[in-house]
Amino acid sequence: MHKYILKRLLMLIPVILGVTFVVFFILNLAPGDPAAIILGDQATAEALAMKREELGLNKPLVIRYLNYMSDLVQGDLGVSYKNSIPVWDQVIERLPNTAMLAVSGILVALLIGIPIGIISAKKQYSLIDNVAMVFALIGVSMPNFWSGLLLVMLFSLTLGWLPSQGMGTGFGPLLKSLILPSLTLGLQSAAMVARMTRSSMLEVIRQDYISTARAKGNDEKNITYQHMLKNALIPIITAVGLQFGNLLGGAMLAETVFSWPGLGRLMVESIKSKDIPMVLGCVILMATMFTLVNLLVDIIYAFVDPRIKSIYKKGR
Amino acid sequence: MKEHKAMQENTQRSLWQEAWRRFRQNKMAMVGLAFISFLVLVSITTLLIDFFTDSSIYNEYVVKQDLFSRLKGPSPEHIFGQDEFGRDILLRMLWGARYSLFTGGLAIICALITGGILGALSGFYGGKTDTIIMRCMDVLLAIPSMLLATAIVAALGTSLWNVMIAIAIAYIPTFARTVRAAVLTVKDQDFIEAARAIGCGDSAIIFKYIIPNSLAPIIVQATLGLAGAILSIAGLSFLGLGIKPPTPEWGAMLSNARVYIRDAWHVTVIPGMGIMLTILSLNLMGDGLRDAMDPKLKK
Repeated sequence: MHKYILKRLLMLIPVILGVTFVVFFILNLAPGDPAAIILGDQATAEALAMKREELGLNKPLVIRYLNYMSDLVQGDLGVSYKNSIPVWDQVIERLPNTAMLAVSGILVALLIGIPIGIISAKKQYSLIDNVAMVFALIGVSMPNFWSGLLLVMLFSLTLGWLPSQGMGTGFGPLLKSLILPSLTLGLQSAAMVARMTRSSMLEVIRQDYISTARAKGNDEKNITYQHMLKNALIPIITAVGLQFGNLLGGAMLAETVFSWPGLGRLMVESIKSKDIPMVLGCVILMATMFTLVNLLVDIIYAFVDPRIKSIYKKGR
Repeated sequence: MKEHKAMQENTQRSLWQEAWRRFRQNKMAMVGLAFISFLVLVSITTLLIDFFTDSSIYNEYVVKQDLFSRLKGPSPEHIFGQDEFGRDILLRMLWGARYSLFTGGLAIICALITGGILGALSGFYGGKTDTIIMRCMDVLLAIPSMLLATAIVAALGTSLWNVMIAIAIAYIPTFARTVRAAVLTVKDQDFIEAARAIGCGDSAIIFKYIIPNSLAPIIVQATLGLAGAILSIAGLSFLGLGIKPPTPEWGAMLSNARVYIRDAWHVTVIPGMGIMLTILSLNLMGDGLRDAMDPKLKK
C-alpha cells in the first residue's frame, strides 16, 4: 500500500513540471512588453530596457523557466505587475476561499447525486426514475453561470433569504453566503454524478452475485449498499474526480457571479489587467490542486478495489 | 422473388443504416437533432441575409440601440422583450446562434483532426511514439479544460478566433485519447491482418480500414465535445474574455444582463435558456448516438 502511494506521489513530479512548463510557455506568448505594462506609457526607452533586464526578459525562455521553477520551489511566484505585491501572498490568501467553495460544491454533488442515482437505478423506469433523469439531463445542460443567476433571482431577490454576493464574515453569515455559490457550482456535477451512479448501479444490479446475496436472505438495505454500491463505486469515483476539474474551471464563473473572493475571480481580473505573473500563479495553483485530487482519487481506488490493493501487497 | 430481394436488402443494411434506424427510434434524440438542425438553418439564413443586405438588417435591428424602450418585457411586437439598450432579444438570439454553433463546431473539428492524428499514431505504432504522445496529452489533461482555455485566451488576447483556438487546444487530449482507444480495439482484428497480407501500406490501413471502423465512439465524443465547447465559449464570453458586445453572442448577452437582474427577468432568462436548450439537444443526440452505435445493445 505504501509502495502504491509512493509510486503515485513520484508520478506527480513530472506532471507538475509538465503543467508548469505548458502554462509558462503559453503565457509567455502573450503579446505586449511586461516592462511597458509595469512602467506605463510615460517610461523612457532607457527605463524600459533596465526594467527588462531586471525582470530577466532578455534571457532565453528555457532559462527563464528554470529560474521561475527554482523560485517556485522556494514559494516565490514573482511579483504582480499591477501592485508590486508578491504573487504568492495574494494567491495564498485566496486559495482557502476557492478550496472551500470547491469542497462544498463536491459535497453538493455527492449528497444530491449519489442518492438520486441509487434510487433511480433501484426503481428503473418508474415515475421517480424518469423524473429524476429528466432533471439530471437538464442539470447537466445548464451553464452554471446561468443557474447561479437564476438562484440569485429566486433566493435573494424574490425570497430575500440568502445574500446575492460576497463572502460573509463569522460562521453563520459565512455559511449563509456559501449556500448559493456552492449550489451553483455543485448542481451540474450532481446531475452528472446521478447519471453515472444510475448507469453504474444498473450494470451491477443484474449480476449473479446479487441474486446469490438475495437467495442467502440478506436484507435489501445490506444488498444495496454492501453488494451493489460497493461494486458500482469505481466509475462513480472516477466521475467525481473528473468533476473536480470542471468545478475548478466553473469556480471562475461562480466566483464572478457571486463576487466571491477566490482564485478564479483573481485570475479573471488579472487577465483583464494583463498581470501575467498573477495569472500564471493562479493557473499553476489550480492545476496543482486538480493533480492532487487525482492523486487522492487513485489512492481511494486502492482502498475500494481489492484487485489494485492485492497487486501491491504481492509486490511487497 | 421481389420479397426475397427485399429480405436480402434488409439483412444487408450497413452498420450506418442500422445505427440511423436505431437513432430514429429514439424520440428524445430526434428532438435534439431537430433543434440543432433548426439552429444551423437559422445561422445559415442570418448569414445569407447579412451577405445580401450588406449587414443593413443586422445594423438596423440587432445592434442599433433604442434607449426609450430599454428592458421592456415581452410584448406582441417583441415576443422575447427588449434588452438593456432596447434591442429586440429574439432577433439578437437568432443572429447570435451562429457564434456558439460555428465557433464551437470549428473548434471541435480542429481538435478532432489534431487529436485524431495524434491518437491514431499513438495507437497504431505503440511503443515510444505512444509513450511520448500520451505523456504530453496527460500533461494537458492535468489542466482542467476551461482553465487551459482561459490561460490560452489570456495569452493570445480576446477575439473570436483566439477563443476558437483556445477551445480547440483544450479539447485535443480528449480526442487523442478517444481515438487511441478506438484504434487499439480495431488494430489487432483479422481484417487488418488481411489488409496487410494483400500489401496495404500503413497509411492505407489507417485511413481505409482503421478509421472507418473506429468512428462510432469518436462521433459520440465529438457530439458531447461540441456541447462542452459551446458551454466554454459562452462561459468565456460571460467572463468578458470571449466574444465582445455588441456582438449578440449568448454568453456575452448574459454577462450584460447580470447588471439588470433586479430590473428585468427576461434579459437573464432568455439567453440562458438558449444556451441550455442547445447543450441539452447535443446531450440528447450524444446519448442517442451512443445507444444507436453500441453493438452490445443491438437487438
